Amino acid sequence: MDMDFVINVLYAMIRTGTPLLIVALGELICERSGVLNLGQEGMMLVGAVCGFMVALTTGSLVLGVLAAMLAGCLMSLLFAVVALGLSATQVATGLALTILGAGLSAFVGESFVGQTLQGFKALPVPFLSDIPLLGPLLFNHDVLVYLSFGLFAGVIWFLRSTRAGLILKAIGETPESATAVGLPVMRVRYLAVLFGGAMAGLAGGYLSLAYTPLWAEGMTAGRGWIALALVVFASWRAERVMFGAYLFGLASILHLIVQGMGVSISSNLLAMLPYVVTILVLVLLSSNSARVRLYAPMSLGKPFHRTQ
Amino acid sequence: MLRIEKRPVESRLMGYLSPVLAAVLTLVSGALLFLLLGQSPAEGLHAFFIMPVSDLYGLSELGVKAAPILLCAMGLAVCYRAKVWNIGAEGQLLFGALIGSWAALQFLHTESAWALPLVLLAGALGGMFWGLIPALLRTHFNTNEILTTIMLNYIALNVLLYGVHGPLKDPEGYNFPESALFSDSTLLPTLLEGTRVHIGVLFALLAVAVVWVLLSRTFIGFQIRVLGLDARAAHYAGYHEKRLVIFVLLLCGGLAGLAGVLEVTGPIGQLVPQVSPGYGYAAIIVAFLGRLHPLGILLASLLMALVYMGGEMVQIELGLPQALTGLFQGMLLLYLLACDFLIHYRVRWGDRAAVTKSAATASQGA
Repeated sequence: MDMDFVINVLYAMIRTGTPLLIVALGELICERSGVLNLGQEGMMLVGAVCGFMVALTTGSLVLGVLAAMLAGCLMSLLFAVVALGLSATQVATGLALTILGAGLSAFVGESFVGQTLQGFKALPVPFLSDIPLLGPLLFNHDVLVYLSFGLFAGVIWFLRSTRAGLILKAIGETPESATAVGLPVMRVRYLAVLFGGAMAGLAGGYLSLAYTPLWAEGMTAGRGWIALALVVFASWRAERVMFGAYLFGLASILHLIVQGMGVSISSNLLAMLPYVVTILVLVLLSSNSARVRLYAPMSLGKPFHRTQ
Repeated sequence: MLRIEKRPVESRLMGYLSPVLAAVLTLVSGALLFLLLGQSPAEGLHAFFIMPVSDLYGLSELGVKAAPILLCAMGLAVCYRAKVWNIGAEGQLLFGALIGSWAALQFLHTESAWALPLVLLAGALGGMFWGLIPALLRTHFNTNEILTTIMLNYIALNVLLYGVHGPLKDPEGYNFPESALFSDSTLLPTLLEGTRVHIGVLFALLAVAVVWVLLSRTFIGFQIRVLGLDARAAHYAGYHEKRLVIFVLLLCGGLAGLAGVLEVTGPIGQLVPQVSPGYGYAAIIVAFLGRLHPLGILLASLLMALVYMGGEMVQIELGLPQALTGLFQGMLLLYLLACDFLIHYRVRWGDRAAVTKSAATASQGA
């Protein structure tokens, strides 16, 4: 195994982990405000199809990305209205959003199946990309990967060092106390859900505009669900999301690595690795229930009743 | 002035009306959608909801499509009554179909009256095994069953694909990813000549009766309901939460696995990659739409089967994408959840003075 091979694998790992990183960051913010949105998969799919359609018709990748984020936002608004506004069960509403997103994306994207476009190309950062090893690994990506680095840093900074981040966390822990001191619980939760939607849309757009520049029905292949597991994996701490995302990214490309090394195992069996890894990780992290209780936002998934 | 107030008690009436309201809203949205697509709404809705069942064959197909959905939804309803969020009926169905197919392929050249019962049993056991995994993961490792069952759906699909591309592939099938056609001794007998209605439909109806008795007439059903309503109360009453979780997931897995093996030994007749067009996911909607009650679920499963057939029909008749089915499914569930708001709240006309007064009584009531 030579160095080039290792660099190639790690490079592919970052690319594969990027959509997971983006969607998990959005869901993390959402869950820290106390809202569990299981609709990530649906929002990603709608983001992916809208981004692709807009980019293909306008010829602008940037417009495509914006459309993907907007589509994710609109989907999450639907979730927010039903789960927060009409206080429906968050679990069921999230599921409904995933089913709706899968149906909607398949429906509107039907005539776009099989078309391709010129996706985001790698954009080497001047000077930095010349650093041996690290340069080709970190600074020779497309612009959305750099954006994901920025988002990662931004979310950490937001949660750690801003007043708004503090408010978000307080609301996620005890919304009743937050209300008592005059914090706008509902408004913050709406915004958190919308941010999660925009991130899921962006992650979907990354898939259809950069990772594999095409649209195929159900192309997210469970990444939205894996991202939910990723938030558990990260114990709801933003700093740990990136490591987790790349670890899952590695699991998803393991079949390529194995095939590249000339081992012949059924590709169908290898394709289930990321899902098996997800279960194993959940088992490892959840078996200590005290730990989950310690780290999970206290009000996560519980409906918040406005006191009249 | 329009205002919203919390009901002092849940409205039973709205509990029954909300699924109907959701169906009506889905119809209205469907009409608007057809209009948007440049079709006549009346024609579109007619093609989607009436034409598929306008003759005897259509009605029989409704039964064929409803059976697997009904079986899965019955199992899911028991899980959801216990607040065990099993999303894995799809995977349990697929795994049941896979194991059942493996069993059926053992009887390719042997005639035996025991063949079919054994195949069905194998399918049910396969589904139970797939349900047991998330159950044990939850009871022993405290893992969230939503995420594990979803992951197991993807894994089951990949194992099934491995099966049809590998060990279960028909050696004489020109390399198509399909198993050999099952022999007659492992195919379900049909009930009506000229239709595909098979005895699996009777199994589904039997499941409705069994689940009904289980939930309303047995002690274990009572325990399941108590666990779902208040886990702490169930704990203090000395019920074994772990055993109940395992029981409901085994039951659902068994029913979903049976649904899967009935599909491959019934309408399909061999193992193919597309055993299920998402029946396991549709069953989630059906369980909620039927208010987790066996009779309600029976009605909802017929509606869902119609939604599947309608999607196929509009594709043939109007050239619209079949994906319309998924869109209608999503709308149905989302509208239902939105309408359920009216179970706990009501909308009233009134002036401001009445608002403060009723708010005061509402908070006293709460």
